[in-house]
Amino acid sequence: MGASQTRSDHEHQHLTDKTGFSLEQIKNLHKRFQQLSGNEETISKEDLDRIPALANNPIKKQIIGAFFDKRNQHQDEVGSCDEIGFEQFLMVMSHFRPPTLKTTDEEKEAMRKEKLRFLFNMHDTDNDGTITLEEYRKVVEELLSKSGAIGQEAAKAIADAAMLEVASTNVPHMAPDDFYEGITFEHFEQILKGLEMESRMHIRFLDVDTTTMRCGKSTS
Amino acid sequence: MDLHFFRRAGGLLLVFTLLSLLHGSRGEVPTRPISAVTILPPVKPDDGPQAFPNADKANLPVFTMDYPRIQIPFEITLWVLLASFAKIGFHVYHKITIWVPESCLLISIGLIVGGIMFSVHEEPPAVLSSNVFFLYMLPPIVLDSGYFMPTRPFFENIGTVLWFAVVGTLWNSIGIGMSLFAICQIEAFGVQDINLQENLLFATIISAVDPVAVLSVFEDVSVNEQLYIVVFGECLFNDAVTVVLYNMFNFVAEMPVVEPVDVFLGVARFFVVGLGGMGFGVLFGFVAAFTTRFTSRVREIEPLFIFMYSYLAYLVAELFAISSIMAIVTCALTMKYYVEENVSQRSCTTIRHVVKMLGSISETLIFFFLGVVTITTEHEWNWGYILFTLLFAFIWRGLGVLVLTQIINPFRTIPFNMKDQFGLAYGGLRGAISFALVFTLPDNIGRKQLFVTATIAIILFTVFLQGISIRPLIEYINVRRTNRNLDTINVEVHCRLMEHTIAGIEDLCGQWSHFYWKDKFMKFNNRILRRILIRDNRAESSIVALYKKLELQNAMEILDTVTGDISAAPSIVSLYEEKKSAAKPKKKFKAADLKNMHDILSKNMYKIRQRTVAFTGKHALPNDSQTKEILIRRHASIRRSLRPGSFQTTVVPKSHKYFSLPAGKSLDSKFPPGRLSYTDDQETMSEVAYPSSRSRFQQPARSSSRAMMPLRRLDTLQEAPSVDTLNENTGRTERGMSRTKSSSSDSRVPAPRRHLPPSIDNEGSSVDNLRNGQHEVEEEEQPSSPPPAWVAEPRDNAAQNPLLRRPQWNPKKM
Repeated sequence: MGASQTRSDHEHQHLTDKTGFSLEQIKNLHKRFQQLSGNEETISKEDLDRIPALANNPIKKQIIGAFFDKRNQHQDEVGSCDEIGFEQFLMVMSHFRPPTLKTTDEEKEAMRKEKLRFLFNMHDTDNDGTITLEEYRKVVEELLSKSGAIGQEAAKAIADAAMLEVASTNVPHMAPDDFYEGITFEHFEQILKGLEMESRMHIRFLDVDTTTMRCGKSTS
Repeated sequence: MDLHFFRRAGGLLLVFTLLSLLHGSRGEVPTRPISAVTILPPVKPDDGPQAFPNADKANLPVFTMDYPRIQIPFEITLWVLLASFAKIGFHVYHKITIWVPESCLLISIGLIVGGIMFSVHEEPPAVLSSNVFFLYMLPPIVLDSGYFMPTRPFFENIGTVLWFAVVGTLWNSIGIGMSLFAICQIEAFGVQDINLQENLLFATIISAVDPVAVLSVFEDVSVNEQLYIVVFGECLFNDAVTVVLYNMFNFVAEMPVVEPVDVFLGVARFFVVGLGGMGFGVLFGFVAAFTTRFTSRVREIEPLFIFMYSYLAYLVAELFAISSIMAIVTCALTMKYYVEENVSQRSCTTIRHVVKMLGSISETLIFFFLGVVTITTEHEWNWGYILFTLLFAFIWRGLGVLVLTQIINPFRTIPFNMKDQFGLAYGGLRGAISFALVFTLPDNIGRKQLFVTATIAIILFTVFLQGISIRPLIEYINVRRTNRNLDTINVEVHCRLMEHTIAGIEDLCGQWSHFYWKDKFMKFNNRILRRILIRDNRAESSIVALYKKLELQNAMEILDTVTGDISAAPSIVSLYEEKKSAAKPKKKFKAADLKNMHDILSKNMYKIRQRTVAFTGKHALPNDSQTKEILIRRHASIRRSLRPGSFQTTVVPKSHKYFSLPAGKSLDSKFPPGRLSYTDDQETMSEVAYPSSRSRFQQPARSSSRAMMPLRRLDTLQEAPSVDTLNENTGRTERGMSRTKSSSSDSRVPAPRRHLPPSIDNEGSSVDNLRNGQHEVEEEEQPSSPPPAWVAEPRDNAAQNPLLRRPQWNPKKM
């Protein structure tokens, strides 16, 4: 037990360097990881599918997909895998680390870019570097799928409007016959330029184990 | 700039002198003649009409005056008017209010008026008695803040807000109170008679911050959302805390001995008062929301319910001596979301306007009186006490922010950095509440005058010094900023996407935080609350709401560009072209022109726009609904004018403005100006709803325009169905329409459709069927064949109006 403890500590240290999480956070996440995977080394899509809290999330599929997307794991490969280990799990999670007071502006910019890339990858399901209208429509449809009476037509119209918006922002002088084939990452950055990601795409990863303190939950 | 200000002030001074003399003379002169002429010994002068007693003695008087009868409302009206004139005055020269906060100017004007009144020995009106203040002046101010509280950021930062508001105020009160008590022990100052309770009471009064001025600066430089909302929320809840503490200490100050039990009771009372107020607020908020469910038949009194319920919440809370500020704020927060969906768009606008108006007039008056009272009351000046008050207020505020931030930062996702802390500490201006509280102190406080003087000193000091310097300082230290002008579909879509993603990831991590609770609340809200409280309770995503809003806005803008009102004056080029085209003989549409036009129209179906006003400021209404009533009229009329056949209208008024395309893209045609021809637009007016003027903080699913505007593309073009190239849009309109008809239980399908002969609809939908399979993006592609319909139009106008000016399409601005 002791040996494995130090081994995992060592491993965690390595992960800390790699992902920027603190040791406590990694331990927490590891606990959660094991809980989800049923003490396996790797986690599969089905494991994540079974999380009850996630059942109502309209974009559940995309979220789970993002974990198995190789592009989100700081590797240069594309495509998706069927199972991920804890390290990959952490890598995906690390997209949501909030900046600290010590983070410099360049680092913040890099983090921002990473987050945007993450979002972009959620849209771009076929890995071709552009978000086509179909891909965009699909995401919007799923976003709206939980909000009742609005059907696919609305989603379509909205996605179209959004697409037009992107097109007109980025290619202002488009000839009438031009066809805007899709949003590239540069365009994607452009449209979300003013959006403050800091307050929206962060999770405060807790240092303490939340599973043991469910009763005192209404803080923050 | 100073010069400007003084010149302006001089001009105002004249007006005020006149007004106040007028007012002063009326205040005294008429009373004497009445008492001299009429013999009315026992009857109170303001009791009933006085013309009739006269009639016994003499003939029927031709002219009588009965000033005492109208004195109170008359004087109040004059004061309000005076203060409002002052406000107009500041905004005549716009730059003053950028550099000098409005409260400074109001106080200055007050000082001047006070000076005049002092020199003519006129007593200031006794408006600020305790009752008047708490029952009439305070509720509008608080309602204003509560109603326009940006909801999403508030709930995201609620912990920090409450932390600063409650603990920060306690910290300040106790810190300043204790230190001042220590100072009082020094004999040299001669204030040994102020005991601890009174010091604490005073400290409570001056720890109520009122950063109206700061907030408007924050808006202008658009500091980051977190800082803004903490200052906003702090000022709101801090009022509540202060008033509670004030009442408590006021009570305690009269007690000869304070026992430890009383301290505990005080603490207990503190919570009872605060939470009780919240409870009443929520209760009345829900009742108000529920009531508005049934007001669809009595639209004209709809706004009234909002005011009555919030005031009722306030009064009931006051009745039970619990925090009435809390009550009214929570009431406003609770009902806002539901009420704005239930009431009609116009009621919504009315509510917003009236809330703003009442709040701002109340505050204006208080600042104004502050200036007046500064001159006219007797002061007790004690250098030591007042200077130390200033010093302590400054130090404890700074220390408080520093310490409290250190405690709260570990719990925040985005910690406050030093710059934010500076903004927070320096934003602690004292204002209206402090002044009103100190002025309504009971007379049995021994050193009331000293307290009044010290409070006025600290208000003047902070408002003038900090209020003026905070803008340059904030800009200098370069506080992190948030771009709040984002109102594009993409941003909204991605915000929602991120929210869901984060909620999902949090579920994955198995931890609960803000997003988790938001998710749960939204579910509860959609399932239960909305069902009960909202008439038409289909939940709507904020994306859809924004989409609708943008569509309508866009439609209006295009129309407005056509009629040319909002947009800038025509450039030289366009004037030149106008001349040229006027000189040219009339000609038919060229194919290329038509193509151009359709190109423009289709590209602008949905156009990104930029907006200037961000936050719902304390003194600015969210202004995107301002011109809409006019616009919608024009919208309707333009649509009529776009109808084939309507081009024959011949009258072109002189006032019509001309716009042209960018040079070289001349596109001459002539549309009759929109506002000329509307006959049955009233109907349109009532049927087509304006987009909800959402505050800049998008909350999910809040839109009162829901179900009023069916989802569709711009319907400007729907009435030109014979134009071949437009059928893409027509087609979409049709789809939108059918969707609305099927899904909406509401009868408010836009009226203009009804004006159309059914054949047009059929034509549109058949065209739609033909082209249904087409890619939506192909909207950009325009068939180049000239459409026959418009060319065929007989056009016998003399003037040629280049009508379409490419709307301000400036991608660089994004």
